[in-house]
Amino acid sequence: MSGPRIGVLALQGDVREHVRALTRVGAEPVQVRRPEELADIDGLVLPGGESTTIGKLLDLFELLEPLRAAVKTGLPVYGSCAGMILLADEVLDGRPDQATVGGLDIAVRRNAFGRQVDSFETDLPLAGVGDVHAVFIRAPWVERTGPGVEVLATVGTGIESGAAAGKVVAVRRGPLLATSFHPELTGDDRVHGFFVQMVKEASS
Amino acid sequence: MPSSDAPLTGSPLVKRGMAEMLKGGVIMDVVNAEQARIAEDAGAVAVMALERVPADIRRDGGVARKSDPDMIDGIQAEVSIPVMAKARIGHFVEAQVLQAIGVDYVDESEVLTPADYAHHIDKHAFTVPFVCGATNLGEALRRIAEGAAMIRSKGEAGTGDVSQATVHIRTILGQIKRLASSDEQELYAAAKELQAPLDLVRETAELGRLPVVLFVAGGVATPADAAMMMQLGADGVFIGSGIFKSGDPALRARACVEATAYFNDAERIAKVSRGLGEAMVGIAVDSLGAGDLLATRGW
Repeated sequence: MSGPRIGVLALQGDVREHVRALTRVGAEPVQVRRPEELADIDGLVLPGGESTTIGKLLDLFELLEPLRAAVKTGLPVYGSCAGMILLADEVLDGRPDQATVGGLDIAVRRNAFGRQVDSFETDLPLAGVGDVHAVFIRAPWVERTGPGVEVLATVGTGIESGAAAGKVVAVRRGPLLATSFHPELTGDDRVHGFFVQMVKEASS
Repeated sequence: MPSSDAPLTGSPLVKRGMAEMLKGGVIMDVVNAEQARIAEDAGAVAVMALERVPADIRRDGGVARKSDPDMIDGIQAEVSIPVMAKARIGHFVEAQVLQAIGVDYVDESEVLTPADYAHHIDKHAFTVPFVCGATNLGEALRRIAEGAAMIRSKGEAGTGDVSQATVHIRTILGQIKRLASSDEQELYAAAKELQAPLDLVRETAELGRLPVVLFVAGGVATPADAAMMMQLGADGVFIGSGIFKSGDPALRARACVEATAYFNDAERIAKVSRGLGEAMVGIAVDSLGAGDLLATRGW
């Protein structure tokens, strides 16, 4: 009995790390680069990377509309970092022409924590998973959540910038999951396990 | 692993992780805000801010140094993608200045005139991550031992001749293949031959790849060059003089981004290779004298 087939959008970014994490939790990862590859997957991961670059490539390779359609029909999607930005209905501090998939009623602020010298790792509690070690790289945060969006994690005390304390960094609404941080980089596969469980629930 | 709730900046995970996010992308040399805008619009994953592209450094001669902070500020204000900048080999104060300005990555680069012919920068001492050039695996692992969080081939910058980048990526990946099939006893000998720390040699052998991201740089000038480097096994591509020394930089930049993303799709590469105008003129590397080679800087 094989696990669910989960696509990883493979235009740019840390595709390999997501593929490995999904394999370790028993899913069957497949790399997605073409619209037709969206057809036979049970779920999709939007990886970390440069959201402006991925957005442009989505547009260029005519994946944007098929992806929007897939999200509308209830395909479970998990986005980490750039993936969170791509899932958001509203992007603050993005390029005016930044293409996103949307579908998740949140507003995210790009590079909210600052430049690379401000990138950090920390421990935080993630609802439904437990305490995780979270790696934030030029990460976004969620500035507004719409109705029905469940907040799964916030950054706690100890963040140097006072403005960052308490900011929302993980959310879920129905089959859509998004984190500002990169569980795929830490070797702790529980977030991917959580997503695979969401995929199984959605298809049962 | 930190256990407290105090956030940790500048850790190896955060530095190396940043490079992981650039994989599959193109990093472009730019000398002003206008070029940075063109690069971002074309889908570059990052820009490298420098005063003169390597082709001009080669032509003009003289001492090449890190860029003017005002120029870097202008580029940072223009684009939202990461901004990298070059420091001279061994010039740790140039690197300190670049970190203070808030650049996202420092390239300790042989393209600039070295500031120290014995020591590279101690990169562990910095919060900002570093990328360094290498021509072979030993050199790559020595840079990683010094704290580099990303490696690129050196190639022969500013020539538009991709042959040296090919030699470097083939050499590095070939040496890794040999390591991966070595037993413990052979790894000790390999560490000695590579002149690299045993723990990094062992880690590379176990992973079957470098412990950090490996890009190609130096002489990439066309979409087909970029795709060739990806097919050879690079994680991504730096393009220096190749874009803004060509006839239509915006179009060529976009074509290189597409060819890097779809590096296995010859039809797409053919499509984006049409109507690009003149490529940079180029200099064949074998016509250069030994004194003109940049790749031999650093060790």
